[in-house]
Amino acid sequence: MSPSGDIAVQQRDLIIVSTLLMLVIIVPVIILTLLFAWRYRKSNTEATYDPEWHHSTKLELMIWGAPLLIIIALGAITWISTHTLDPYRPLQRLDADRVIPADAKPLVVEVVALDWKWLFIYPEQGIAVVNELVAPVDRPISFKITASSVMNSFFVPALAGQIYAMPGMETKLHAVINKAGEYEGFSANYSGAGFSGMRFKFHGVNEADFEQWVKTAKAGDGGALGRDAYLKLEQPSNRDPVHRYASVSEDLYDAILNRCVESNRMCMKDMMAIDAQGGVAGPEGKYNIASMDAATRSRIGVDATNRKYVGAMCTVNDPLGTTASAATQPI
Amino acid sequence: MFDNLDLTKLIFGRLTWDAIPFHEPILLATFIAVAIGGVAVLGALTYFRLWGYLWREWFTSIDHKRIGIMYVILGLVMLLRGFADAVMMRAQQALSFGDNAGFLPPHHYDQVFTAHGVIMIFFVAMPLVTGLMNFVVPLQIGARDVAFPFLNNFSFWMTASGAVLVMMSLFVGEFARTGWLAYPPLSGLLYSPDVGVDYYIWSLQIAGVGTLLSGINLLATIVKMRAPGMKMMNMPVFTWTALCTNVLIVAAFPILTAVLALLSLDRYVGTNFFTNDFGGNAMMYVNLIWIWGHPEVYILVLPVFGVFSEVVATFCSKRLFGYASMVYATVVITILSYLVWLHHFFTMGSGASVNSFFGITTMIISIPTGAKIFNWLFTMYRGRIRFEVPMLWTIGFMITFVIGGMTGVLLAVPPADFVLHNSLFLIAHFHNVIIGGVLFGLMAGITYWFPKAFGYKLDSFWGKCSFWFWFIGFYFAFMPLYVLGLMGVTRRMSHFEDPSLQIWFQIAAFGAALIAIGIGCFLIQLVVSYIRRESLRDHTGDPWQGRTLEWATSSPPPAYNFAFTPVVHDNDAWWDMKKNGYVRPTDGFIAIHMPKNTGAGAILAGLSTVFGFAAIWHMWPLAILAFLSLVVATIVHTFNYKRDYHISADEVVRTEAVRTRLLAQHV
Repeated sequence: MSPSGDIAVQQRDLIIVSTLLMLVIIVPVIILTLLFAWRYRKSNTEATYDPEWHHSTKLELMIWGAPLLIIIALGAITWISTHTLDPYRPLQRLDADRVIPADAKPLVVEVVALDWKWLFIYPEQGIAVVNELVAPVDRPISFKITASSVMNSFFVPALAGQIYAMPGMETKLHAVINKAGEYEGFSANYSGAGFSGMRFKFHGVNEADFEQWVKTAKAGDGGALGRDAYLKLEQPSNRDPVHRYASVSEDLYDAILNRCVESNRMCMKDMMAIDAQGGVAGPEGKYNIASMDAATRSRIGVDATNRKYVGAMCTVNDPLGTTASAATQPI
Repeated sequence: MFDNLDLTKLIFGRLTWDAIPFHEPILLATFIAVAIGGVAVLGALTYFRLWGYLWREWFTSIDHKRIGIMYVILGLVMLLRGFADAVMMRAQQALSFGDNAGFLPPHHYDQVFTAHGVIMIFFVAMPLVTGLMNFVVPLQIGARDVAFPFLNNFSFWMTASGAVLVMMSLFVGEFARTGWLAYPPLSGLLYSPDVGVDYYIWSLQIAGVGTLLSGINLLATIVKMRAPGMKMMNMPVFTWTALCTNVLIVAAFPILTAVLALLSLDRYVGTNFFTNDFGGNAMMYVNLIWIWGHPEVYILVLPVFGVFSEVVATFCSKRLFGYASMVYATVVITILSYLVWLHHFFTMGSGASVNSFFGITTMIISIPTGAKIFNWLFTMYRGRIRFEVPMLWTIGFMITFVIGGMTGVLLAVPPADFVLHNSLFLIAHFHNVIIGGVLFGLMAGITYWFPKAFGYKLDSFWGKCSFWFWFIGFYFAFMPLYVLGLMGVTRRMSHFEDPSLQIWFQIAAFGAALIAIGIGCFLIQLVVSYIRRESLRDHTGDPWQGRTLEWATSSPPPAYNFAFTPVVHDNDAWWDMKKNGYVRPTDGFIAIHMPKNTGAGAILAGLSTVFGFAAIWHMWPLAILAFLSLVVATIVHTFNYKRDYHISADEVVRTEAVRTRLLAQHV
């Protein structure tokens, strides 16, 4: 309720307007309840008593009509605000007084909810950060959101409303921060034991500071976030400190979203494309199971049990799938 | 193949000594307390030789009144368990700030909030609502029992069996750590490999059989067994709401059964309906569970709307205002409750048009609900209001519920929901409607019909204490949660960083303490009323100057309810009969055909419990044995032809003569 971004401001105003609209009917009902209860108490013999009075067309019309009118008004507000504040809709303005400059390009941030930390990938800047989100003030931000294992919800209350982060699916959020400052961000959907600690700081900074922050991250010793590093990062952990990767693989987010970071694993988009064409005949279409071999697991430092998944028809190293079954190859 | 057969593992499955929580001091203390209490109760039952009596008169009873009472007792016992969970959560959240981690680690805390939700909805609210419907509906429509009396007993024991499994999870193994609706992928095998989710699945599946069968039963009863002359539009409003609720049960519970069956297939045989990989889709689960889940909240709240309608009319000594619009409002809510489920997940990325559609349908429900509130209000208008305890609960409800309704409509506005979803605002909202609506209504109903069930009224001093502690405690416990929710605080947190929030949680914990006193007052009320039962005795059968047929018979009613089936001419049949100088018949009684008690329900449900427990722990030989026994016992029961008997005319004469004498003595 203390917003610093335009979307959050509009959402707060909507809550206030709707509440006031409903109070128009709620307050009289509460007052009438108390009034009638007092006036028609048994000991008050002066009050009229009419045990058979049970119908009045006028009153019935009012009883159904008054709430109906409120709901028509509220319904109209709902329809309009749901469309204007749709998180998938690119922003139309910076705030109530300013339009978006014609040359403004939104900052793209790819968000991945992990057990139990947040990964933010900045594809244009080529960096990735764990548990810290930085964005320049007054520049539209376009979030693409997914998750690695279970459902979470990406929520920075001062910036905009929340949206779920779900494995194998991408949700979107468009927002802008109007005031510089440090804000709370967290998961708003319970996701297991480490849920309470799944928090990060969101920094709204000016453009120059943002450039500086990117530069520092790139020059820092955070290392590169490639597929192997991600598979290790993906393992459950609690309350991780901020970590800034100096670089990030270009295709990593796409691989996370399509659940094929393991390079012998079939991407969901490929699986869906194959299925859309009627599937694959033959044994590799029927029992095409792969997993990470022990050597790879120990190299990456993943000691989780050996999970099975659909094997890739082709791999990063073998893009044309020339080998009979890529799934059986070591990564 | 049998070379390395592990006999222990075959017999006991996953169950080992590690499953018994010796290392959890809280659980161990609870277990010892429960064990001592349990032994004391069992010892007392044995000492006073009550086993035979309980078995013959209660456990095997197919009398709808006794089954109703047993449902209510089950609900109240489970209320204590569910409330203990609530107290633990409130205490944890009031303590756990900054460096202080509180007394519950996430592993335990996550089970507590899951169990609290599951128990309060499935094993408190549902049994209490079903219990009231079971007890009251046949009496209100002038019937001698429900349509399928044995099924009724079986339904009760299946519900009790589910409750037993949930309670077992406290001491053997653990309960789910997934939240009360067990969303996958978190509830899938990969992220919840232990027995918690299996306890969840099997307790709800077994209890669900009971709920569904009881729904069918009451539906058939209301449709087919009304007294002559009682047309649909003459039915008491409580019966109307019971009818709509049971329509909802019959239409909604199979969805829950199906979705939980799919989840168990994922967990037991490796299918991939809701997994992340191999083409599963967790959002299907979320849709399905809410297509059941939203009607479920109306299943709970509609009957208590009926309770309030009865209570308001009775204690205002006035005909209910707008009977027809009350009925239409109920029916409209019944239908609309199927068109709103998506409002539970606006934030999962549906498009704006879909979200607005479900937002607006949700708001439309507030119109008939608002009409109901106004109808109660105008029933009070020009009435003569007696402020007995049930009426206090009703007025407390009217004030509290409209606030919950308002916050509910607010949550139905999708952009507002993006901010408030999953926050403590939501928690405050649904406790506002479930405590301020369902629970207040159940308390009103229990107080209102108690003299009918037991023949004496509840002590009103302790009843008023209970009401005021609940009422004020509710505001202390949940208003801070509204504030916290607006500040952006999320539900299900076991630890907080920001120390400025702590004061709000401490106020909420104080509210929970007030509610605890309210529950204590209710228990004292039961004891005090039992001790003072002679002075609180209801000799007339009509202690509140009631309006509907249940008040036409004695308190408690005889096994056959009515010696002669009443004939109905108007709404508020008993009020109409009294007004037109009804004379109670005192002779000409004939023998009454009644259904006979049977132990089959308790036995079948007991076998189901064993089967559920075995399936949870993967004790396959035992599971197969229990399942086969279940099938055999069912078949054997079908050969039981001794299912009915006649209450002889002499006995009816004797029973009715006692009532005649009582009425003469206490005019």
